[in-house]
Amino acid sequence: MVSSVYIHIPFCEKICHYCDFTKFFYEEKMADDYLIALENEIKTNIQESKKKMKTIFVGGGTPTALNNRQLTKLVKMIDFYFDVASVEEYSFEANPGDLTEDKIRILKDHGVNRISMGVQVFDDEMLEQLGRLHRVKDVYQNVNDLIKVGIDNISIDLMYSLPNQTIEHFEKTLDEALQFDLPHYSAYSLQIEPKTIFYQRYKKGTLTKPPEEIEADMYELLRREMRNKGIKQYEISNFAKPGFESKHNLTYWNNDYYYGFGAGSHGYLPGERIINIRPFPTYVEAANETGKPVLHVEKIGKKEQIEEEMFLGLRKSEGVSIPKFEEKYQVNIEEVYGNELAQLEEKGWINRNTTFIKLTEEGKPFGNEVFQSFLLDRDIY
Amino acid sequence: MTLTNIRNQSKVRNFSIIAHIDHGKSTLADRILEKTKALTSREMKEQFLDAMDLERERGITIKLNAVQLKYDRGGGDEYLFHLIDTPGHVDFTYEVSRSLAACEGAILVVDAAQGIEAQTLANVYLALDNDLEIIPVINKIDLPSADPERVKQEITDVIGIDGDEAILASAKSGIGIDEILDQIVEKIPAPEGNPDEPLKALIFDSLYDPYRGVIAYICVKEGSVKVGDKIKMMATGKEFEVNEVGVFNPKPVQQDQLTVGDVGYLTASIKNVGDSRVGDTITLANNPAPEPLPGYRRLNPMVFCGLYPVDADKYNDLREALERLELNDSSLQYEAETSQALGFGFRCGFLGLLHMEIIQERIEREFGIDLITTAPSVIYKVVKTDGEEVDIDNPSFMPDNQSVQEVQEPYVRATIMVPNDFVGPVMEICQKKRGEFQDMQYLDDNRVNVVYEIPLSEIVYDFFDQLKSQTKGYASFDYEMVGYKVSDLVKMDILLNGDTIDALSFIVHRDFAFERGKQIADKLKTLIPRQQFEVPIQAAIGNKIVARTNIKAMRKNVLSKCYGGDISRKRKLLEKQKEGKKRMKMVGSVEVPQEAFMAVLKMDDD
Repeated sequence: MVSSVYIHIPFCEKICHYCDFTKFFYEEKMADDYLIALENEIKTNIQESKKKMKTIFVGGGTPTALNNRQLTKLVKMIDFYFDVASVEEYSFEANPGDLTEDKIRILKDHGVNRISMGVQVFDDEMLEQLGRLHRVKDVYQNVNDLIKVGIDNISIDLMYSLPNQTIEHFEKTLDEALQFDLPHYSAYSLQIEPKTIFYQRYKKGTLTKPPEEIEADMYELLRREMRNKGIKQYEISNFAKPGFESKHNLTYWNNDYYYGFGAGSHGYLPGERIINIRPFPTYVEAANETGKPVLHVEKIGKKEQIEEEMFLGLRKSEGVSIPKFEEKYQVNIEEVYGNELAQLEEKGWINRNTTFIKLTEEGKPFGNEVFQSFLLDRDIY
Repeated sequence: MTLTNIRNQSKVRNFSIIAHIDHGKSTLADRILEKTKALTSREMKEQFLDAMDLERERGITIKLNAVQLKYDRGGGDEYLFHLIDTPGHVDFTYEVSRSLAACEGAILVVDAAQGIEAQTLANVYLALDNDLEIIPVINKIDLPSADPERVKQEITDVIGIDGDEAILASAKSGIGIDEILDQIVEKIPAPEGNPDEPLKALIFDSLYDPYRGVIAYICVKEGSVKVGDKIKMMATGKEFEVNEVGVFNPKPVQQDQLTVGDVGYLTASIKNVGDSRVGDTITLANNPAPEPLPGYRRLNPMVFCGLYPVDADKYNDLREALERLELNDSSLQYEAETSQALGFGFRCGFLGLLHMEIIQERIEREFGIDLITTAPSVIYKVVKTDGEEVDIDNPSFMPDNQSVQEVQEPYVRATIMVPNDFVGPVMEICQKKRGEFQDMQYLDDNRVNVVYEIPLSEIVYDFFDQLKSQTKGYASFDYEMVGYKVSDLVKMDILLNGDTIDALSFIVHRDFAFERGKQIADKLKTLIPRQQFEVPIQAAIGNKIVARTNIKAMRKNVLSKCYGGDISRKRKLLEKQKEGKKRMKMVGSVEVPQEAFMAVLKMDDD
C-alpha cells in the first residue's frame, strides 16, 4: 500500500554552492515542458484520479521558482490525480525570496497545509558565501505572509558545519530561528559533494570545513537548545513540537513505500527502489514517450528490507519496534542481530528493552557506526 | 610445413631485443612477428609477447617468451629466427642475463628523443658480457622531438659501438623493419655447437602449467633432445623423462626433437619450477655432458616483508596462494611467522620491490585475499656481544640494542643517468640516503651518469619515488649488490595506545632516528582513522620515546545531510564505511588500516 508521494521540481533561480540535487536554472519554457512531462509520468503511474494519499511532498530544486501560472498548473494537476482533501500532510518546499504572498495563496487555495523553508543561516554574509539568493529579512517577510494567509505549519531548514562558521555564529542562527517559535525545525550538516562549487574549492584547498570537534559541538548545541525549548528531536536531523513531526519524512524512516515523480526523484515500491533519470532533456523525452522515465531499479529483497528497516528506523528517536519488526519479517531479531546488538549496547550507543531498540543520546552522534553494523554479510530468506 | 624443416644450422639466428620501458620493444616485436608472418592479422593481438594481464597493465614484461619465426629473403633463402623476450626490470637482471645467454645477438632499441637509459645500459653490458652481437636501432625517428644524431653519438660514447651504424626506425609506422631483419641475418652469427655432442640445453625460463607440469624454456647449445629421453638437471641433479618438446610459433607446436640452435620448450612431468631453475643446464642422464654451461646462480631474495591476511580465517588460503605462486616462481621464498599485532602470516623474500609488488597484487587479485603487508626490510647481519652472528630479515627480531655489538647492512652500487640540470637534486637524494659518492661521468653535453654506493634499505625506502619526483621522471636508475658494510643502526619501535606494535618496527640509522620517528608518528596519525577514544602514537628506541602524537577521539559520524528519499545513497555510504572497516586490522584496541603498515615507506620528506 503506497500512501505517500514525492514530486520533484528541479528549477532554481540560482544554484547554491553546496547543492548536488537534480536542479536546473529556471527558464519559463523549460518549466512548461517539464510540467507536461511530469503530468504524463504521474498519469501513467497513478492511472486514476483523486487517488487517496496520506502525505504529499513537493520538493526541489525550488518548487516556488515556478511562476504563478505554472505553480497553479502544478497544484491543479496534483489536485486532479490525488485526493488532496483527504491528505493529512501536504508540504511544499519554498525558498525565502521566491515565496510571494500570491504564491502562498495559490498553494493554500489548493490544499497545501505545510511549508518547509530553506533558511540555512541567519547571516547575510554567510548566505552570500553559500550562493543563496535570499537575505535574512526575506525570512521574516515570508513567515509573516504565511501566517497571514493561514499556513502556520511551518518548518525551517538550517545548516551547520559551514565554511568559516564558528560555534558563536551557529548559536546566533539557532537563537534567531527559535524566536519564530515554529512547530518544526530541520538542521543539516554540510557535506561537500562532487559536482558542486564547494567541491571544486575544497579540492583546490581554498575552502575548508570546521574540524570534526566543532561539528560535533554544533550538533550538541543544536540538540541542547531544541531540548530547552521543548522541541523534541524525533530524528537525527529533525525536531518538532509534539504532533508536528513531518508525516512525510517519517515515511522514509519507517521504511514505508512512496512514489517519486520528477527528474532525479526516488521512489520505493514493494520489492524495488526506483531512481529516475536526472538530465532534463532525457527525463522529458522518456516521461513523454513511456511515462516511466526510470534510470535504474534496485531490487530490494528481504535482506535489504531488514537492513533498511534497521538503519532507517534507528534514525528516529523512538527507534525500531521489535514486535513490529518480527511480525513484518517473520524472524527473531536476536537471531539476526544478536551479536551486533550486544556489541553496540556495550559501547553505550544503543538502548533496548523487549519492545524497542533505539540510539542513546550518546549514540546519536555516532549513528553511522551503529547503522553499518546492521548491514548483513549473509542473505536472509 | 613445420618451420624446423629448415634444418640448416647456419640459417638459424637467435636474438633478443633490449630496450628501456616505452622505447618500443613490444611494438618492434609485433612488427617482426608480422613481417615474418608468424601471426595472421586475426591472431595478432597488440603486443603479443606481453601475455600476463599484470604485465600489460604495467607495460612491462615479467615472464620471458620465445618465438620461432621463418624469414624468407626471397629465392628460397629462408632463415629460422628465435626471438627471445627479456624482462625489463632491475629485479630480474639474472633472468635477463640467462635469456641473453641463449642468444648470439641482440637488437638494442633506443628512443630517438630520450636516448639511452640506465636500465638499457645495464642490459647492454649483460649482452656484451655474453659476447652478443649488438644491432643498434634508433626508434621513434618520426617523433617531432627525435634527435637521432645526438643518440648516435651517445651510442658511440656510452656503449662503445659505432652509433653511425644504427638503423633509423619507427616500429609504430613500420619504418626500418626490413633493414633490421636483414641485419639480423647478416650480423648475428649462427649458433655454434655440435649436434653429436652430449646434450647441453640452457633453461632460460620455466613456468608451471596445472595440466602439464613445469614447462621449461630451453635453448639447445650442444646435442639434441627428444621425447622419451632421460634427462638430468645439472645443478640440482634431479632426473626426469621427457614427455614433449616443441617450439612456439607463437603457439606451442610439438616437435620430434630439438637440436643445436633450437629454442623451444620441454616438459617432463616436473612438479616444481624449483626443479627446473633458470640458468641450469639440462643434459642426458645416461650420456651426460662433462660440465654445465657457465653462469648458473641460485637467486637469493634481497627484500623481505610480512604478508598477513586481513581476515585471519584466510591464513590457509594465503598459504595455498603462496604455494601456487611458488610453483611458477623459484625466487619467491616464504616461511610462516607470527606477529603479535597481525596474527599468523608469512615472511616472504623477493628479488626486489617490483617482484614484491607483483606477488602482492597477484595474491589479492587472483586469489581474492586482502593482505596486510609490512614495510619491506633487507637482511641485516648482526654480531652480538657474545660473538654470535645472526641474520635478521624481520626488524621486530632485532636483538636489544645493548646485546648488539655490530650491525652490517647490504649496500648496492646505484647507477643513475640524469640530465645535467638534475645532478644537484640527485646527489642531494643520494646523500640523504646515506650514499657514498663513487663516480660521475658526462655522457654528452647534457647527460650525466652518477654512481653511488647506497644501503639497500634506503633504496627500498621511497628512493624510486623521490628520484622520480625530484627529476621530473627524467632519471633512470639501476643497481647491483656490492656486499655488506658496518652501520650504526638501531631498532625503532612504534607504540599505539601504549602497546608496541611489532609489525611496525623498523631499523634506521642512528643519525636519522629522531627525524624518522617523528615522521612516521605524524604519518600514522593521518592514516589511522579516529577511534572511540584518543590514541597516543609513540616512536621509541629501546625505552626512550623519541616522538609522540595523538589521534583525537571520534566525535561525530552520522549522516545528517538532507538526503530526502534517496535511501540507495545512504546505503552506499554505509556500505563504503563498513567495507573500509573490513580492511582494517584490530591491533590491541585500535583499528588500523592496511596502508598504515606500509607507512614507513610512504613518507613525504619535505
